[in-house]
Amino acid sequence: MAGVRDMTGLTPKSTSSLRTIAPEERSHEVDHPSSLVAQFGADKPLKLDCGVDLSPFQIAYQTYGELNADKSNAVLICHALTGDQHVANRHPVTGKPGWWETLVGKGRPLDPSRYFIVCSNVIGGCMGSTGPASLNPATGKVWGLDFPIITIPDMVRAQAMLIDHLGIDTLFAVVGGSMGGMQALQWTVAYPQRVFATLAIACATRHSAQNIAFHELGRQAVMADPDWDHGRYGDKGVHPHRGLAVARMAAHITYLSDAALHRKFGRRMQDRELPTFSFDADFQVESYLRYQGSSFVERFDANSYLYLTRAMDYFDIAADHDGVLAAAFRGIKTRFCVVSFTSDWLFPTSESRALVHALNASSARVSFAEIETDKGHDAFLLDVPEFFDIASAFLDSAGKARGLKVANGG
Amino acid sequence: MSLQGVLPLNGFSGGEVLAYRPDHLLVAGMVERGSKVLDIGCGDGDLLQLLESRGIDGRGIELSREGVNHCVAKGLAVVQGDADTDLVDYPDDAFDYVILSQTLQATRRPKAVLENLLRIGRRAIVTFPNFGFWRLRLQLLVGGHMPRTDNLPFTWYDTPNIHFCTIKDFVQLCDEIGVKMERAVALDSYGRPLRVAMPWWFWNMFGEQGVFLLSRGERR
Repeated sequence: MAGVRDMTGLTPKSTSSLRTIAPEERSHEVDHPSSLVAQFGADKPLKLDCGVDLSPFQIAYQTYGELNADKSNAVLICHALTGDQHVANRHPVTGKPGWWETLVGKGRPLDPSRYFIVCSNVIGGCMGSTGPASLNPATGKVWGLDFPIITIPDMVRAQAMLIDHLGIDTLFAVVGGSMGGMQALQWTVAYPQRVFATLAIACATRHSAQNIAFHELGRQAVMADPDWDHGRYGDKGVHPHRGLAVARMAAHITYLSDAALHRKFGRRMQDRELPTFSFDADFQVESYLRYQGSSFVERFDANSYLYLTRAMDYFDIAADHDGVLAAAFRGIKTRFCVVSFTSDWLFPTSESRALVHALNASSARVSFAEIETDKGHDAFLLDVPEFFDIASAFLDSAGKARGLKVANGG
Repeated sequence: MSLQGVLPLNGFSGGEVLAYRPDHLLVAGMVERGSKVLDIGCGDGDLLQLLESRGIDGRGIELSREGVNHCVAKGLAVVQGDADTDLVDYPDDAFDYVILSQTLQATRRPKAVLENLLRIGRRAIVTFPNFGFWRLRLQLLVGGHMPRTDNLPFTWYDTPNIHFCTIKDFVQLCDEIGVKMERAVALDSYGRPLRVAMPWWFWNMFGEQGVFLLSRGERR
């Protein structure tokens, strides 16, 4: 979802050219990230849905812009499954631009000259927030599968502790796409009085059976890699990069659309005129997928991928409210804007509509737009002006209602 | 069925009268302050904005994404959707008023839409172009072609309007499904209400638009 998705950066690489990542190199961003870090000690455990009190733990985060005097301009961005806190700055591992520089930046819908923008790595992630790749202080070893199972509400609980730590009471907006959208919705359900506006993009209030199935495929690919070793690969300084790359390749297909794949690649050959009659990456689309897989494993931990996909699988807001989705939003004062994309088959418009109906039924203030695009689920990360238009319109009008100063130059 | 009174355009400032369409002012005047309103086919949100400025909690449904965008930029809560398919998802009694402004003739199933209006809202306000308007009749009678006016500029082969009706037809439909007409107004070409004392046939001939305030009848 987030991160490496640049279809134009089509550098053919085969998975065999993958370099092995030294354990010291990995653990640097995992335990000592180049981001800001909030430490939570024994006095502030994270109460997880699975019943475990996680302590101590840390949250790595980035901020952009300044918090205003009355602390009314804070925006929390929630990242997607394979995203991280590096929304609008160069990524410390890959060196690539931030994953949402289309939305965040000068003259963009979320302009740091107007808002104080916070994005934290989710709990269970691998870019500095405590997760399965972190060191377990009790054993001195990598957590691995000893790390407790986390949920979307757990991620949000940890973010709320970070927002407390930053001295912010009410967020002007919570913004997220895909898994980030799930978190944005969970924020308004868990802390309705702390969120003025919610922008939920290409997401759903629950993970569908088909999506759980795709996640299970990815997890099985990781687990089938002998280097995974029941999650203990961290002790040996190896990484199940082949399994994780396959998981990423499969997942990446779900982020695109048939039309987008056809437009970008068709049946074109990669650096050759004729088929090689082998299992080389003859087709451009194969080469592209292999590149996606191999570049992903350079920056992502396999166990973290298992935990975060699981968190999405378990997400079901209605189930936490006796099966009635509208009950979750009853009496909510938050302004909502829900956006979906026509060619997104991972989080189709029908899921957004179900959310909108529930919000309508509970009298919430909701706007909804379906953006026409062939770019699939990934559209929320790409340059889709119609999406920026609605995001700007929503954030600007909510900002006006919140009494924020008008963006520079309008 | 007898005619009820015409709402005079009082309670509006001079600025409002200049800034808003007469039929919007008429509709807004029918809505009690503090009530909750759903505007179906809300377009660029002009009516919703007028309603919200009068202390009314407004929501909208609009088919076009551009329209939704304009509304969202005005701070309005508007959902991209279709009156024909999406009204069933709204719960009973969700709104005090449901407004269908110049949209009835573009729906596939006007009767079902009308029934849904009075399920979702305790009252409904429906405005529509009157196909019995004398100019339209004349174009068909004398010109022998499908009528086109400033209000209805579309050609027959390229129009969103698929279910035209006259004021008389609409009154009959209301009778048939047991809807109570609380107020009825016909507007002339300049958006002025026709005199109340005039008989139905006169309205049906000289009204360019019909504006109806409806509530649930006993049969429901």
